[in-house]
Amino acid sequence: MAENYTLKIRRYNPESGDTAFWHEYGVELDPERSVLDGILQAKDREDASIGIRCSCRAAICGSCAVRINGKTALACNTRISDAADRAGADAPIVVEPMNNMPVLKDLIVDMDAVHWKKVRRVVPWLLPDGPPPEREYIVPAEAMIDVTQSMACIQCGACVGACLSLEVDPEFIGPAALAKAYRFVGDPRDGQTEERLKDLAEDPHGMYDCTHCFACIEVCPKDVAPMSQIMRLRRRATGDYEIKDRNNGYGHEKGFVDIIEKWGTLHEAQLLPRSFGDGSMIKGQTEPGAVKQLVEALPTALRGLKSGKVTVKKALLHPKLPDQDQVRRIFKEIHFKDERLELNMYIVGENSDEEEPAMGEGSQET
Amino acid sequence: MGIISKVHPVRSHSNAAAGGINAALNPEDSWESHAFDTVKGSDYLGDQDAIEIMCREAPNEVLHLEHLGVTFHRNEEGKLGTRAFGGASAARTYYVADITGQALLHVLYEQLMKFDTIDRYEEWFTTALVRDDSGRIAGAVTRNMRDGAFELFTAKSVILATGGNGQVFIPTTNALICTGDGIAMAYRAGAPLMDMEMVQYHPTTLAGLGLLITEGARGEGAHLYNAEGERFMEKYAPNKMELASRDVVSRAEQTEIDEGRGFPDGTVALDITVVGRKRIHEALREIVNVGRDFAGTDITREPIHIKPGNHYAMGGIKTDINGQTEVPGLYAAGECACVSVHGGNRLGANSLLDTLIFGRRAGQHAAEQGRGVSMPSPAGSELARERDAISDIVSRDRSGRRLSEIRAELGATMDGKVAVFRDEDRLREALEKVKQLQEEVKTVAVDDRGSVFNQDVLGVLELQFMLDNAECIVMGAIERKESRGAQYRTDYPERNDADWLKHITLTANGDLPEVGFSEVTMTQWEPEERTY
Repeated sequence: MAENYTLKIRRYNPESGDTAFWHEYGVELDPERSVLDGILQAKDREDASIGIRCSCRAAICGSCAVRINGKTALACNTRISDAADRAGADAPIVVEPMNNMPVLKDLIVDMDAVHWKKVRRVVPWLLPDGPPPEREYIVPAEAMIDVTQSMACIQCGACVGACLSLEVDPEFIGPAALAKAYRFVGDPRDGQTEERLKDLAEDPHGMYDCTHCFACIEVCPKDVAPMSQIMRLRRRATGDYEIKDRNNGYGHEKGFVDIIEKWGTLHEAQLLPRSFGDGSMIKGQTEPGAVKQLVEALPTALRGLKSGKVTVKKALLHPKLPDQDQVRRIFKEIHFKDERLELNMYIVGENSDEEEPAMGEGSQET
Repeated sequence: MGIISKVHPVRSHSNAAAGGINAALNPEDSWESHAFDTVKGSDYLGDQDAIEIMCREAPNEVLHLEHLGVTFHRNEEGKLGTRAFGGASAARTYYVADITGQALLHVLYEQLMKFDTIDRYEEWFTTALVRDDSGRIAGAVTRNMRDGAFELFTAKSVILATGGNGQVFIPTTNALICTGDGIAMAYRAGAPLMDMEMVQYHPTTLAGLGLLITEGARGEGAHLYNAEGERFMEKYAPNKMELASRDVVSRAEQTEIDEGRGFPDGTVALDITVVGRKRIHEALREIVNVGRDFAGTDITREPIHIKPGNHYAMGGIKTDINGQTEVPGLYAAGECACVSVHGGNRLGANSLLDTLIFGRRAGQHAAEQGRGVSMPSPAGSELARERDAISDIVSRDRSGRRLSEIRAELGATMDGKVAVFRDEDRLREALEKVKQLQEEVKTVAVDDRGSVFNQDVLGVLELQFMLDNAECIVMGAIERKESRGAQYRTDYPERNDADWLKHITLTANGDLPEVGFSEVTMTQWEPEERTY
């Protein structure tokens, strides 16, 4: 049932003196095989000089992240027929090296220069308080399951390659390293939680540099959901430690949440002063530091007025949602909970529906 | 001290050790019980002194890893929790979901980043070991894959932790990098190999691709069925059922398949749905993904088709309990080594343990020994020799076969003739084929003539390593005229303790290896009939 596919691979050989070029390879594979199988077949049959890191073929070693039709993915767990469908009728499957990292050869990028450098930035090892206990650390089972989501990261760099913030700010610590940071922040055995959070909050390229674009969540082959881990770092920094960062992330988040609790929709005119005032409207209009920032932000406010996005009337009288009570009930519900509820891939399994086994004694399957 | 690896260390194949790591850590459990299970699992070919060391040291090793930060699964009291595993008389497998090996590897790499005084040579390919005039190890020749530059690292001792040789077989659960490099280099440097015929076929691998479905699935309660809906392990291992040791389960499956009770694609069914969806998501997440991505099966709702597939080399470089080979200064640990703790058949969740215990012991021993010896001075000719070998391959004209063809032919031969059931005739055919391919590889053509990440030329070196491994596997299998552990000879179907309760060693000696024997060390367990 093998079918024919065309792979259009971006080639680059630093020794040739030539710039990168495209080359198309015809391969013949079962539809359920992977893009990596396609590349390996092209290497086997046509040109073994195509450079790609690969090893396990099973999405556990993290070697083969590339861009397929513009989207970052592991070549080994992207079905070649799916890639062909996405490429469109008669169009080849386009395979390129990842973004945001220098290309060394063909599909091989310099992970050390970017990815691993950023990982090292977050002090990526456990820092417990004092000597270890005689036996194991006693910690809640849920806490271990919780950090296992970021432990599931295989350091493939797909999120780094896809990160839009990194494109703008190459110094951004980035999704993979911040997810790694959560692996320690969320680990009850680590004794430096507050210091870690402070460090990542105060770094202008730290956790508040993420713009919520979801690209990392979309491309992660292991459901680590790096952006969610970044959001959890932020929640812990603001909620548990009231850590105030250099670029007003704390005030912005607090102001935003308070506004929604009060009005239900965003009160544009109050967001800026609240952001500059650690979330407080009064502080934002009285504290010298906040006022200075407010004045600096005047041109933005004026632009808003000019375009009609903000009006004097709206600024003074922001209407509440008709069902604002319902919004408040949600807030109350969340505040009432002792522990924070987090979405975690290791505990998404449905609880109750214990079904009959699919095959039992005497059942037939042919 | 330096660490040289042909891939970035976190890409290593320890990642694939999904299910867990064994240790008798519970007060109700004992190291003796763990040791006995291991001895029995090995079909009495394991060396009992080494097994005792491994099982005694296991609890502290697991605790040490926990202290370093491994996110081991906890029970309701917040203590380390266990799961059941094959061939074990107690639930003593500690785990991180089904990414245990990955978690261990990544946490150990965290420690490497912490102690960055240890030099790391990542993506440096070692081509040969170097000895000085006295025969002592003197270092290794390596090639920086990034720019093709050669380097001779001089060292008082070299510890090989280069993993297995599964790529000799196709299909295999092993990664593409598992080409037996270290085993072949040690063999060429004069170190004997041991029990190379003992090749584990894992009971649950995907047909075609050969990818692994962790034994953790059966540990969590999954059942095996043939195409007639029969839970066939009742016939082969009425007590342990699906959790008999791997050689037993693989043979049972292969028998069902060979006798026509398998599915048309040459498989039987593994039904994980009995485990319950919540638990599957919590503890077997990885194989949910493997099933979905690589077999199009939702394992939480339907059985998945599996078959026995090449998985692990019990044999390897012969070492003592400190990882020392017979070449002074040369050590080996992990899958490339044969201490032997696994004998004829490795128990699930004993491989990470073997690697960690004997890796540590080898490191400590090498460090102590190193104090007493001076830095060797290798002649240096090895560097030129290795560099010339590469330029010879690169500049060769393209008259020979393609590398990929030879590799594929080797893999098919080994899987076809040296798998679960073996006999003299087919083993001889396999040996003949391996010898033929060894000749053909000498003229193999390469496409890549560059220096930067020339994976093509390194593929030739890997293929040569693989052919050395293959030759020794087949030689051992021909030599051992009995059935024990993973070696099942249809022409010698019984275990024969009188003649064959001994290790087979192979030492490089021209065209074919020289065969020798070494005694199995017994401490407290006499061989018994093995039933599960």
